[in-house]
Amino acid sequence: MNKLKLIIKREFLAKVKNKSFIVMTVLSPLLMVGLMMLIIFLNEKNSEEIRKVAFVDESGLLTDIFEDTETTKYINLTPLGIEEARKQSEGTYYGVLYIPKSENLLTLAKEISFYSEDAPSLSLIDGIENKLEKKIRDLKIEQLNVDIDKIKATETNVNIASENFSGEKSSKIGSILKMFAGGGFGYLIFMFIIIYGTSVMRSVIEEKTSRIIEVIISSVKPFQLMLGKILGNAFAGILQFVIWMISAGLLMVVLMYVFGMESTNSDAAMGQMNPEIVQQIQETSVTGVQQVIAEMKNLPILTMFFSFIVYFLGGYLIYSSIYAAIGAAVDSETDTQQFMMPVMLPLIIAIYVGFSVIENPHGPIALGFSLFPLTSPIVMLMRIPFGVPWWQIITSMVLLVLTFILIVWLAAKIYRVGILMYGKKPSYKELYKWLKY
Amino acid sequence: MKNILTVENVCKNYGSFRALNDVSITVPKGSVFGLLGPNGAGKTSLIRIINQITLPDSGTIYLDGEKLQPHHVHQIGYLPEERGLYKSMKVGEQALYLAQLKGMTESEAKKKLKYWFEKFEITDWWNKKIQELSKGMAQKVQFIVTVLHQPKLLIFDEPFSGFDPINANLIKDEILKLRDEGASIIFSTHRMESVEELCDNIALIDKSNKILDGKLDEIKQEFKSNQYEVGLLSENKNDLFKEINTHFRVENSKEASFNNDLRLLIGLNNGDTSRDLIRFLNTKAEITHFTEIIPSANDIFLKAVANNE
Repeated sequence: MNKLKLIIKREFLAKVKNKSFIVMTVLSPLLMVGLMMLIIFLNEKNSEEIRKVAFVDESGLLTDIFEDTETTKYINLTPLGIEEARKQSEGTYYGVLYIPKSENLLTLAKEISFYSEDAPSLSLIDGIENKLEKKIRDLKIEQLNVDIDKIKATETNVNIASENFSGEKSSKIGSILKMFAGGGFGYLIFMFIIIYGTSVMRSVIEEKTSRIIEVIISSVKPFQLMLGKILGNAFAGILQFVIWMISAGLLMVVLMYVFGMESTNSDAAMGQMNPEIVQQIQETSVTGVQQVIAEMKNLPILTMFFSFIVYFLGGYLIYSSIYAAIGAAVDSETDTQQFMMPVMLPLIIAIYVGFSVIENPHGPIALGFSLFPLTSPIVMLMRIPFGVPWWQIITSMVLLVLTFILIVWLAAKIYRVGILMYGKKPSYKELYKWLKY
Repeated sequence: MKNILTVENVCKNYGSFRALNDVSITVPKGSVFGLLGPNGAGKTSLIRIINQITLPDSGTIYLDGEKLQPHHVHQIGYLPEERGLYKSMKVGEQALYLAQLKGMTESEAKKKLKYWFEKFEITDWWNKKIQELSKGMAQKVQFIVTVLHQPKLLIFDEPFSGFDPINANLIKDEILKLRDEGASIIFSTHRMESVEELCDNIALIDKSNKILDGKLDEIKQEFKSNQYEVGLLSENKNDLFKEINTHFRVENSKEASFNNDLRLLIGLNNGDTSRDLIRFLNTKAEITHFTEIIPSANDIFLKAVANNE
């Protein structure tokens, strides 16, 4: 056991001290943070800008709706006429809204146009359209001699609050977030298995080509060496994952600090207000980011974190022992191709199945592939954010462990023979023979 | 117990190929034992079994009187023919790691490494990576790592490959010194002159079978063909040759003649002794040279393998 510890330590340090590991571990969260910061920065830069929009209202009916807001200023150029207004606006204003003279409210709606240098921002046009629609509707109601107040009194606002049977609130944004979280974790495990599995394989090949292997196995058993190598790399992988998670956590704290302060306050306050006002507040002040952050709190983050570790270990142990056996069987990395394909296949299938699974997380395909041990680490992880019954998780973990024991046992046999074979590329038939040596 | 290692009736098969067929050897304590044989004869298979890298299909092995067990790897030092070190690992770290795998504690290993590094004058390599060293330099580190844990039994497979003559000599002296300090050594090589210099006992393996073993000088005695090389001064060399040829088996020697004498290889017939030969020659010519032909390890090797065909 003492020797196993020594081997694990060496393999761990060899991996962690490697430059590419350090770069990957430190740089990728930094890159992610940097990217997010950039997006936030650009967003703010964008919204800080005040748009000056000119309008020419020849009808004279709609002028009173143009009230300045924080981001938009309206300038009345009606006296100039549209031709002159267009000339003056060029280079000075964001654009000109033209409302032609029209007595007929029905046709007026179709004749309004907007002139601007570039294609105008959708949100601006949406905002103006909304205002116009409201005003024209009120005018029409007036024409019909109906009391506007009475009509307003009939307006109701329906907002279905959906909850699952155990009482957790679900929402559209929540589902999308779960898809991202599940997909992200599944993809992460896919990447981890491939990156760390290949790293085990490389390390085995390195020991073969540098010819140190025989020196080592005259001191320790081949199985100990293989296991030590696999575990050493696994710890490096977990270290990397934990570092990433911690930096993601920090990132979330930063995000909450930037966007979330008000939202936590207003969340509590909103509970006591009537739904109409809440909706108005949501429409006006709650940004998407705040909603995402609120939904993030609802994700089973702890379950996801621990199941990531378990499924990463299980899946990684299975695949990396196969990788170790492949490394032992060949002399150089170029010879590994013929053996890699069958190994990659279940992983790739798992990713494809996984992305359809997040659309329908509780269907029979989802269940099947999340129990099958060669795909379960990826597929199950994608399902977990949507809530998976415990018996399914436990069944898939038990299957995973049993498969792991079987595969390691087989891989060790190939490994044991392969590491001492030089100079020939074995066929599958030969590998089968090695199993019986 | 006077034998450090006893191998009894070991058989090993790889699939349908028999790599070792009922091989038995004994290695006396405190000696250098030459394990010889052509390529693919089964030497490496036997060495790997002794190192417990592979297990024999049948047969028993005793190390210092005990049946071979896993903990015995600490008492064996093995320098394989296919050898190397982690290229991107530092010399010191690597040596410490390998020493600890052989059961040494870190502090003990550090102390011993200091001794050997000073002895080989390589102390300033400690923080260098193996890939920065030349092949010969790496071989020195490899040698140190093999002997560091003071094993009872040392197994060297082609230890001199990769060394220049100066360093090969250094290593040879170290091997003999280790023997004098009480270690027993198994030495496998194709370089027969080093067998001659180093080995007390040898075993010859060919085609999975042991075909010869014993003390080197006894084997030589056994393999000598009662031939003598002689130098004779004579006016009429042709007549002399013919005359001797009627009594003995005569060939021309491959050795160049010195002083224009006649160089001959003369084989004794059954019952004759060297005295008879000298007496006979003395009456015919002046003898300038008389040596018994002792077969070299190389001759024995070639002859034994040819006989096994």
